Amino acid sequence: MSTPTGTPRKQIILGAYLGGVNHHTLWHLPESGSQIDFSTFEHTARTAERGRFDFFFLAEGLALRERDGQVFDQDIVGRPDTFTVLASLAAVTEHLGLAATINATFNEPYELARQIVSLDHLSGGRAAWNVVTSFDAFTGANFRRGGFLDRSQRYERAAETIEVVRSLWDSWAAEDLVIDKEAGVFSRSGAGSFAHAGPQFDVGGWFGVPRAPQGHPVILQAGVSPQGRDFAAANSDAIFSPYGRFDEARAYYQDVKARAAGFGRDPDHLKILPSASFVLGATEKEAQDKARWVREEQVTGRTAQILLEQIWNRDLSAYDPDGPLPDVEPALDAPSFIAGRALTHADRPATVARLRAQAEANGWSLRQTAVEEFTRGSFVGTPTRVADALDDFVQDDGSDGFVIGSYLVPTGLDEFVDDVVPLLQERGSLRTEYTGTTLRDNLGLPTPARAGDAAVARAV
Amino acid sequence: MTTDGSLTAPQDPAHDPADDPAREPAAGHDQAPASTPIVAVALDGAGWHPAAWREPGARPEALTDAAYWVGLTQLAEAGLVDLVTFEDSFGIPVGPWDDPAADRTDRVRVRLDAELVAARVAPTTRHVGLVPVVTVTHTEPFHVAKALATLDHTSRGRAGWQVRASPSGTEARLTGRRDLPEITQEDYTSGRADEQVAERFAEAAAVVDAVRALWDSWEDDAEIRDVATRRFIDRDKVHRVDVETPWFSVRGPSITPRPPQGQPVVTALAHATVPYELAARSADVVFVTPQDDATAASILAEVRAAEERVGRTGEPLRVVADLAVVLDTNGRAGAERLARLDARAGSAAGSGWVTDARVLAGSAADVADVVEAWTALGYDGVRLRPAVLPDDLEALVTDVLPELRRRGLARTAYDAGSLRGLLRLPTDVPSRFAVV
Repeated sequence: MSTPTGTPRKQIILGAYLGGVNHHTLWHLPESGSQIDFSTFEHTARTAERGRFDFFFLAEGLALRERDGQVFDQDIVGRPDTFTVLASLAAVTEHLGLAATINATFNEPYELARQIVSLDHLSGGRAAWNVVTSFDAFTGANFRRGGFLDRSQRYERAAETIEVVRSLWDSWAAEDLVIDKEAGVFSRSGAGSFAHAGPQFDVGGWFGVPRAPQGHPVILQAGVSPQGRDFAAANSDAIFSPYGRFDEARAYYQDVKARAAGFGRDPDHLKILPSASFVLGATEKEAQDKARWVREEQVTGRTAQILLEQIWNRDLSAYDPDGPLPDVEPALDAPSFIAGRALTHADRPATVARLRAQAEANGWSLRQTAVEEFTRGSFVGTPTRVADALDDFVQDDGSDGFVIGSYLVPTGLDEFVDDVVPLLQERGSLRTEYTGTTLRDNLGLPTPARAGDAAVARAV
Repeated sequence: MTTDGSLTAPQDPAHDPADDPAREPAAGHDQAPASTPIVAVALDGAGWHPAAWREPGARPEALTDAAYWVGLTQLAEAGLVDLVTFEDSFGIPVGPWDDPAADRTDRVRVRLDAELVAARVAPTTRHVGLVPVVTVTHTEPFHVAKALATLDHTSRGRAGWQVRASPSGTEARLTGRRDLPEITQEDYTSGRADEQVAERFAEAAAVVDAVRALWDSWEDDAEIRDVATRRFIDRDKVHRVDVETPWFSVRGPSITPRPPQGQPVVTALAHATVPYELAARSADVVFVTPQDDATAASILAEVRAAEERVGRTGEPLRVVADLAVVLDTNGRAGAERLARLDARAGSAAGSGWVTDARVLAGSAADVADVVEAWTALGYDGVRLRPAVLPDDLEALVTDVLPELRRRGLARTAYDAGSLRGLLRLPTDVPSRFAVV
């Protein structure tokens, strides 16, 4: 490997992802548990902590997905409120970071800042916020603000949201909490005072939560477009990337770290974490067979039609899953046939052309095409092979770690922790004990300087 | 208290699903034969007295620590109280008529999000109801609904909600989304604020309606996991709510499956006609603030009249009287403790602690006398507000609750697996969308 002997190995950052609303989770297996009982979240989080993972991560979706005006019924449906589950998980874990995906479009900065910093206090410095944005009227129909936000404004609003949230977190200095019982001074004058006026928000008043144990809770983002990459490189502590193949992952890694440096940041203080799945077997053949079986189970004929409907934007239920790809063209101007699902294929005609070419070259059916397009067994093999592959990926700067999910809830992570984690620890690439007390410590991230220390004149 | 300042109580951090009564399918059949008054405890900061944080036993530096809230809630559970409320406000904590913009350095001015405090405490307790205050004026009904539904899931059927409306201009400024005029005590008493207050309570009622509809938006058995057809849910049992109000609209359904209680317990604190009507229309439990036996009787009559006016049917509103308590504890009389607290709070000479609820400084027997008298008037129970934490909560558990039990005025065991069960509310609550 490229890491010279004697050089400390890069430490692999691991996040555990509990599959929420998706077609990846094989809910029909007898060992599959509830998607909503607290025991499911508790088991997964405890397992991740046993494996010395850095954090537990929940995605978000603020409306049930619909197909042609009807709620999805084939996949996992339904999920909890993120902050509430994470606060409860703080009670049954000690070290694990608790990462909440929270939308910057359908929340107000004051409330968001308060909830995140409350979680940071209640977990002793383990909170992270994965900032996502939304613009669609479908989701907006569940909220006071509605679907007003123009797509072009979502980063603008998100950036200003983060700015306001950070200023609220900075509205208390650590020393503002005086607590002198005899003199009767609880806090310093001016503590918690804030005011912000900008294009998106004109707010002010008093913030009632003292400085977070982490200074600022950890900020996570995802960013793929050039605008998104800049946004994430400028604002976040870690980035979730969708790139699971090494070459594209390393290209992304280099690009985003360079962007961070361009913003005057230390690239080491921006961690890149692709999402990854795994399938283990006692032999390579067993693992490969199982991985194939998992992918086939994830994408039934009906699910294949529905997945491709996201690209075609029209009803494909009449097309035989075992037959060829639909011979109709995608509906470009029609309203969304599938609502509430992140758009992953922006250029529909190009995607259709690519899929047709691939299907023809490989002799794939409609269903096989969907399997190839919508599932990926990122790391498949014996535990040793998987540990090697994960470790090489990180040591060779494909990423700083992974966010790992399983096709089985809640026990799917167990075999990873039992079989792969010890091998990573043997290689010296994964901690055997937690070293820090906060998530920021564990991730090797510095505590941000408090803007207010220099910039804000305090009323005394 | 132990030497490190943490509160001692039976440690029971892990739920054992095998013996967790909330998991028994005995909905509707878990009510105890005899019914005792509801006994609730209201937790707020270092206690309800403004100078509570300066007491020797107070731990003001720990108000943002999970261990503090876990300790208090476990202590309340050791006393077999029905539910604990966690006080909150959208802005910083201020007294009833303190200027919310005042830069007071002598008061506790920190507070964590109460719903998250309740969620943090949930896995460390197993019987006591967990009732956070959640403001409805600036929050999203959709978020509120799924947060409380999730608290019900993580606490396994013990979630409640104290609804709070916020007509304050200061709180509106925090989001900058609305321009609301500031309201002073004078505006209230002169009636100048009537319209604004009424509007905010009308909105609050609409939020509760929306939240309740979202809780019903998944029928109990919506998740079918039909392997043969690979259908995870029966989508005919997941419903849009399509709520339209002058202040917001919500399409639905919720993203969160129906909570274990079906409808978590909705409560509200009320002091006047408009909020009585909100409670009568929307809540399961109303907290009221009688000052003496005479006002206790008249408030109860007013609440019942409000129920009539709004045409409430089904279960009558549970009416619970709030009582702030400064108890004989640590070898000091309650009156003496109160005098010291008042002096430290800098009250003007002759005017002691005045708060919205009656302040009782005295013994366990004094508290029990009040509970006995008000229960006899027809109250369903009492919510005790400890003036100082943990001192008055410890005294409640060691002195007051045993005294109440001796008089048959408090439960001797947790006998239901859900908060609704503890409060003798129906535990079988079908979704409004269910086709019978």
